[in-house]
Amino acid sequence: MGATLSAIKLGYQPLNDAVRANTGEIVINDAFGERFIAASATADKTLVINGTPGNALGCYLDGAKITVNGNAQDAVGDTMNDGEIIVHGRAGDALGYAMRGGVIYVHGDSGYRTGIHMKEYKEKRPTIVVGGESGSFLGEYMAGGLLIVLGLNSGNRAPVGRYTGTGMHGGRMFLRCETPPDDLPPQVVCRKATAEDVATIAVHIRRFAELFGENAQTLLAGTYFILTPNASNPYKQMYVAN
Amino acid sequence: MAINYVYPDYEVVRNYDRCISCRACERQCSNEVHSFIEEENKVISDDADCVNCHRCVSLCPTRALKIVKTDHTFKANASWSAKNINEIYKQADTGGVLLSSMGNPNEFPIYWDKILLNASQVTNPSIDPLREPMETRVYLGAKSQDVKRDKDGKIIPEMTPQLKLDLPVMFSAMSYGSISYNAHESLARASKELGIFYNTGEGGLHEDFYVYGPNTIVQVASGRFGVHRQYLDAAAAVEIKMGQGAKPGIGGHLPGAKIGEDVSRTRMIPMGADAISPAPHHDIYSIEDLRQLVFSLKEATAYKKPVIVKIAAVHNVAAIASGIARSGADIISIDGFRGGTGAAPTRIRDNVGIPIELALAAVDTRLRDEGIRDRVSVIAAGSVRNAADVVKAIALGADAVYIGTAALLALGCHLCRTCNIGKCNWGIATQVPELVKRLNPDVGYKRLVNLMTAWKHEIEEMMGGMGINSIESLKGNRLMLRGVGLNEKELEILGIKHAGESA
Repeated sequence: MGATLSAIKLGYQPLNDAVRANTGEIVINDAFGERFIAASATADKTLVINGTPGNALGCYLDGAKITVNGNAQDAVGDTMNDGEIIVHGRAGDALGYAMRGGVIYVHGDSGYRTGIHMKEYKEKRPTIVVGGESGSFLGEYMAGGLLIVLGLNSGNRAPVGRYTGTGMHGGRMFLRCETPPDDLPPQVVCRKATAEDVATIAVHIRRFAELFGENAQTLLAGTYFILTPNASNPYKQMYVAN
Repeated sequence: MAINYVYPDYEVVRNYDRCISCRACERQCSNEVHSFIEEENKVISDDADCVNCHRCVSLCPTRALKIVKTDHTFKANASWSAKNINEIYKQADTGGVLLSSMGNPNEFPIYWDKILLNASQVTNPSIDPLREPMETRVYLGAKSQDVKRDKDGKIIPEMTPQLKLDLPVMFSAMSYGSISYNAHESLARASKELGIFYNTGEGGLHEDFYVYGPNTIVQVASGRFGVHRQYLDAAAAVEIKMGQGAKPGIGGHLPGAKIGEDVSRTRMIPMGADAISPAPHHDIYSIEDLRQLVFSLKEATAYKKPVIVKIAAVHNVAAIASGIARSGADIISIDGFRGGTGAAPTRIRDNVGIPIELALAAVDTRLRDEGIRDRVSVIAAGSVRNAADVVKAIALGADAVYIGTAALLALGCHLCRTCNIGKCNWGIATQVPELVKRLNPDVGYKRLVNLMTAWKHEIEEMMGGMGINSIESLKGNRLMLRGVGLNEKELEILGIKHAGESA
């Protein structure tokens, strides 16, 4: 029932053994790159991590809640099924790879390949909200769910790198900016979001603002572009049976 | 009407002296080859739609039907065969990429057939498996490197997780979606009875089959379909699919039309949505990245299950395998270029990859040379056709083999190589309910058990003949092999002598 652990003293394997063995609130101090923290952890655990956890934080997460007071590294929430990850800093590459459920909030930037292969199934609709900018290949092969990039410090610039939405065939992306990316692939349609569109993500924006001390009204009043798969240009190759 | 350039490959020959117009053929054929002419009380056939699957032939009560290859021909031309010409016509008609099923059918060397086994004579006598105990059990997984003792000098019995197989043969990865529910049930039940394992492929694990978890290997592929905590927990081992022998470097695309309710639930994607598995894992660009996925799966399963990494046999397979062995994987699975598939671009299937025999020998040699062979087990796959192929694979250095095509043949597959159209008349590679129910899992599982039981006897007899009573003593024992009709380079790579050379 609950525990306070020192990551740097234990090293990653004993640390993760201890996380597996405990329930309730688990505080991990002095995180210094320890990998796989809370792998496949369920809803009976709430983790607070102080420091910088290593790659694959919350991989296969299945209901646990994780708060990181610091930056996170690569592959946060890989194949996450349920739960919540809150990062009070920035996150590395491949954030939320193949995520199927739950929600990830990152106050700062995220790296390359954020939200690639995200998918949804029935009541499971994964969501990622990035406060800063995302790197190239945002939402590549996206098949479902919701990706929001707010560009808190990006001015009018699109808060993304190159090749956003390559191979996208499901889900929705919202980018807060005045001009959309200029290199969107033919699989994606992009339009200015209406007030009704923005209303559908207001719950996530308010939660983001509350978590990180930002102003929800200001964020909601911004201009958003919404990216969805291009139904008239589906991702497929024409085959002939041989 | 546009001219159809492609003449049918097969002709349906009906003996009207025997045909009683019962219309069984018409009911059995999902390709709608046969039709009934009411006025004439006569059943006729349209050859154009025949895939030569023998369903009608097998079910005809009077044996009135046979399928023959057409003798219609182009002017003979060694370079421009009918196959090459017809493929041009198909592509000129449609602009499409040619799509095929099952393994590479072309004439490449089959090394299994150029390798012969040894037998004992006079000295080191052979063993009679009917009288003497023969051990065919193998354990797959990393073997402990050194003995650890506690402070009192007692040995700490620390074993890495192992898969226990009563026979060194497993059923290879075939997803629910590419094959039917009844085919999966047959494989799962047979594995349980035989003390071996089957593999879910990348299509998730149907809720009804969780009970077979102790005999199930689950796959994690680039699309991560159906991968979640319970799926990993249910399995005996987790396989990371990096590549497939039939289509190295190519991903998968299960079209939305094939994602019905049950497949949707198992893959955990909406009905009718495309299931795209890209060629690469977009988070793996190095052995270090692979190591991260291996250990994330170990952490997610509390280090209780072996992690397998499956790759296609390609040119640098030995170096790749060495990297995988160092990535922390417990088992490497190598899939040769003749391995089957539900669908692959023809050009990829027929031109990419290398034979499993050469790949296996090269990997085993490399891992031995580097002193890391015990860190991993090696599974060979890609057209293992009979018990002799199994014995040769083990002697070349495999710990076990995967069979896919052979298992499907046992279930009634006639290798018509049209899995991709989803209308399998034998109820195997289809999701159409009326077709699926043609495969009775009570019968299917028994046929798989029969096949494996027969192979086990044959393996024991071949081992006995060599004077070997444990499969472990056969592993990598290349002195038991000799090549026939192979050149110096082939013998060198296989690590075997030519027939006639003494040890």
